[in-house]
Amino acid sequence: MRIELTVNGERHEADVWAGESLLFALRERLGLPGSKNACEQGECGSCSVLLDGTLVCACLVLAAQADGHEVVTVEGLAPEDGPHPVQEAFVQAGAVQCGFCTPGLVVAAADLLARTPDPTDDELREALSGNLCRCTGYAKIFDAVRLAAGAS
Amino acid sequence: MDVLTPRTLDEALRLRAETADAWPIQGGTDVMVELNFDRARPRVVLNLNEVAELRGFARENGTLRLGAGLTYTECRRELGETLPALAEAARTVGSPQIQNRGTIGGNLGTASPAGDALPPLLVEEAEVELAGPAGRRTLPLEEFLVGPKQNALAEDELIVAVHVRPSGARQTFMKVGPRNAMVIAVASLALAVDRERGEIRAAYGSAGPVPRLVRAPLDEADGFPDRVAEAASPIDDVRGTAAYRRHALRVLTARALERCAA
Amino acid sequence: MSAPARKLERGRVGEAVRRADGIPKTTGEFAYASDLQAAGMLWGHTVRSPHAHARVGEIDISEAVTMPGVHAVLTHADVPGTKLYGLEYADQPVLAFDRVRYYGEPVALVAAEHPEQARRAAEKVRVEYEPLEPVVDMERALEQDELHPDRPTHEPDHYRDDPRANVVRSILIRHGDPDTEGDVVVTGEYELGIQDQAFLGPESGLAVPDGDGGVDIYVATQWLHVDRAQVAPCLDLPPEQVRIHLAGVGGAFGGREDLSMQIHGALLALHTNRPVKIVYTREESFVGHVHRHPARIRMEHRANRDGKLVCVHARVLLDGGAYASSSTAVVTNASSFACGPYAVANALVDATVVYTNNPPCGAMRGFGAVQVCFAHEAQMDKLAAALELDPVELRLRNALAPGDVMPNGQKVTGSLPVADVIRRCAELTVPEPEPLPRDSLRLPGGSGNVTRGEGVKRGVGFALGFKNLCYSHGFDDYCAARVRLFAGADGALAAEVHCAAAEVGQGVVGVITQVARTELELDDVTLAPGTTSTVDSAGSASASRMTWMVSGAVAEACRAARGELGARGGTLAPGEEIDVEKVYRHPQTWPLDPETGQVTGERAHVAFICSAMRAVVEVDTDLGLTRAVWIGTAQDVGRAVNPQAVLGQIEGGTAQGLGLALMEEIQTRDGLITNASFTDYLIPTTLDMPPVDAVLVEEPEPDAPYGAKGVGEPPTVVATAAVAAALRDATGRDLTRVPVRPDDLIGL
Repeated sequence: MRIELTVNGERHEADVWAGESLLFALRERLGLPGSKNACEQGECGSCSVLLDGTLVCACLVLAAQADGHEVVTVEGLAPEDGPHPVQEAFVQAGAVQCGFCTPGLVVAAADLLARTPDPTDDELREALSGNLCRCTGYAKIFDAVRLAAGAS
Repeated sequence: MDVLTPRTLDEALRLRAETADAWPIQGGTDVMVELNFDRARPRVVLNLNEVAELRGFARENGTLRLGAGLTYTECRRELGETLPALAEAARTVGSPQIQNRGTIGGNLGTASPAGDALPPLLVEEAEVELAGPAGRRTLPLEEFLVGPKQNALAEDELIVAVHVRPSGARQTFMKVGPRNAMVIAVASLALAVDRERGEIRAAYGSAGPVPRLVRAPLDEADGFPDRVAEAASPIDDVRGTAAYRRHALRVLTARALERCAA
Repeated sequence: MSAPARKLERGRVGEAVRRADGIPKTTGEFAYASDLQAAGMLWGHTVRSPHAHARVGEIDISEAVTMPGVHAVLTHADVPGTKLYGLEYADQPVLAFDRVRYYGEPVALVAAEHPEQARRAAEKVRVEYEPLEPVVDMERALEQDELHPDRPTHEPDHYRDDPRANVVRSILIRHGDPDTEGDVVVTGEYELGIQDQAFLGPESGLAVPDGDGGVDIYVATQWLHVDRAQVAPCLDLPPEQVRIHLAGVGGAFGGREDLSMQIHGALLALHTNRPVKIVYTREESFVGHVHRHPARIRMEHRANRDGKLVCVHARVLLDGGAYASSSTAVVTNASSFACGPYAVANALVDATVVYTNNPPCGAMRGFGAVQVCFAHEAQMDKLAAALELDPVELRLRNALAPGDVMPNGQKVTGSLPVADVIRRCAELTVPEPEPLPRDSLRLPGGSGNVTRGEGVKRGVGFALGFKNLCYSHGFDDYCAARVRLFAGADGALAAEVHCAAAEVGQGVVGVITQVARTELELDDVTLAPGTTSTVDSAGSASASRMTWMVSGAVAEACRAARGELGARGGTLAPGEEIDVEKVYRHPQTWPLDPETGQVTGERAHVAFICSAMRAVVEVDTDLGLTRAVWIGTAQDVGRAVNPQAVLGQIEGGTAQGLGLALMEEIQTRDGLITNASFTDYLIPTTLDMPPVDAVLVEEPEPDAPYGAKGVGEPPTVVATAAVAAALRDATGRDLTRVPVRPDDLIGL
């Protein structure tokens, strides 16, 4: 079946199999593999995207449900003149190791800071509790989000 | 496989009636796992995302009408005053991403013994509104939940809303899991101390085939933790033991009583 | 918002360097193995055994091959070369024949145009199974029918001949006089469940036929060249026709040492003459790689009144599962470190790893050491209690130091600051309990909202651990690096480094470039992609060896290039280049004597690294739920090549150890995994990890380039023991099994 959606400001059309997730469509149909395929059951947050401005797991959205909607992926987060402050802060703080969780965390952290520019520690930890990281133990991820919050 | 996307409730009901084996999908947090893990291949998926009538909530004569498409994030944000236990339960559902997408209607449709919204709704004596070719019907949530992952929804019906008359009773929700976020309940409990009606109501989750309501008069609070624990019929599974679940319910009930008495 | 200033661009050894792959990983540009695509690509799918143990009869693919979109369905009959492979011993079928020995074992392969078509066709592959009784108990396995009657791991010249059934390997170490008695004796029995690496990037790769009968495999792996050494014989191809290239690796932790899709992808690609991509699902990933060995351990510690250990007995039994993987090295490590980083003159260590029909086990961060550390540290606390001594003081009195002889007969040389890490860790200020009320997020049970403080007790635990660096026991371990030094059009020198070291997230790419910049005294250094086709083996990204080995190899290659540059007068003309490849070897090691378990040369292990950790927890003692409050640790690092990366390793390694203590276990029933998902295999979230206050103890290792030690494993080794100790302190219970279940914490 054919779907039409806006991703990172651009109109896209794609022919998808009806059972495909938005995640699969982004990664395999639209050339946007930044959203990651770690668990495909909403337990890890690696595929976090904004669907009509709301943070969701792309693996739990049927591609057909995104028809006519707007999606922002990690690829569309940065302004034209360089990385998004959250992206820069992740590198600066040493929050990136294997990096497989990073795109999802970057999207979730950017979403948090857009709503809550100066989060408390509890707000920060709860907001990122759906994003698993296996490498860092999270400490440097918290540092990165605080750094990005301070830069705003 | 095919996906049908109705734009109105009438259209949704018509499509549902025409394709009896269609799987309704709203937030997708349950259905998509079945699809992604190749556990099920429904012939037709009925996408309810575009049906505006299912969204949000409304107040009607002292009753709250919660749309089947009401998300957990909305519960947390909007219902903390009127349905505090439900709002607390919503906070324990998965992660922010899941709370943004998952819906009350989905919890009812899946009818899992672990559905987090179910115990708080049971405690508030919620009624489920179903619609089908024969029109609308409502039935108490207790009757709607008929077995593990089984509900009273007919093949040609859709869950439209949940009706609650907020009791105003002090209430709380607690959920036990071996991790401090993102867990399926090993045991859960919602409890309300309803002074107006002189009774305590508790409902447990993940401790029997369906979440179940237990009541007692206010003056029988002392024996209530045991009563809840004995009402449960938990099993051993990969997430916990029956003995632990029963024990946890006893502890949770005692703590919830104290919390709601304060 | 404006972006923070860019810093730390081009560091040398000892500086906090920005990761070169950092920004691409944050923007989604960095290509992981599962992100790859090629024109005309097919999707591979693996048909797996639903049984833990069964005879395999006829495999009927006739219906499957006719399904829509299907290009190939392959079975063992289609494996052109050797039918068995393995990391150390070739005991595992590429595709099952005769019998399957574990749940999820690959039986057939499908290639189709869409993954759904491949899945539907896989369903139609009919395999005749005759279920057999699974061997699932590691103790009983020693008396049951042999799962590998030909005993592929038995090398009678080097290892003890053990007549018991299903023994992969056993090690017996007799040190001093094991009959020596002490004033005080404590005994204990301990058990560890199966832990999973749970890396976030599932096994994936792309195999591309080259049109000349060869194949290029782009894959997430830990050791490119050892993959090739296993893949090529199965494809019946010479090694040069199998080129393995490192695709982006989404975490590894030991779980990518063994092959996953490599041979399968190549078989399908060569058969269909189309690129084939295989991406495991999370469920598949749980059966698609080896796990940490579960263990049963019995220990007896004898000490004198003054707190000095006089004799330790340890019996260690490990379940290796269906195939050998790295079990022989794991059991040898377990025997080496069974007594902990303590000087003890007399010991008897009996360590065995067995085959069963449980999930295959192999390498995971800290292997062998994690299991015994949990046991020996519980024993040290018991001993301290029996002697009425402070647990930290008891550890100090017995701390192993250079000059001491280990139970395997190796005299400790080089850097091993055990007493230092104990003292530095003990000096860290433990935070005061936070007053109530607090948000439930900062109480046991977290977002579950179960307590406002009721039932909550605090506990503090201390643990000490150590392990080896690099490969041991006579393994010929080396690392190659190649440096191309050339002049650009403007005559300015630049360098390109080739090294097949696997960047698995640990930051070895940064180490390589830091070393090259330091040695070449040049900023313009780039690192070529990791591949088997331009440079010799770098060895494995495991055993805390990569920093050491690449530093040695890259430094040697750079020095040779500089020497050559000097010989050419110090400059190169535009277009002129110097190209040198060097192989680095660490100091030699020797195997153990099969009868006595004593080392047959100077050393069994190259060097050691140690760590001490204090953990503070709060336990809801009515519900058995835990909140880890704070971790303080002092870790020996030799010298920190990149302090920020070292801290990242310590924090991340601690999280994995904490996970094993509190929640992580692969559960099985009759050999079948019952929780193969992130819904039921739980790893720590942001609400489970406490802050980690880490002190780096820098005492350079004399044998290591720049004195640097690999730092990834010790935090994992020691964290499980430290958290378990804190839980014991909070509850007053023995807690002899990890992960500790809520039931255990409340004594149900």
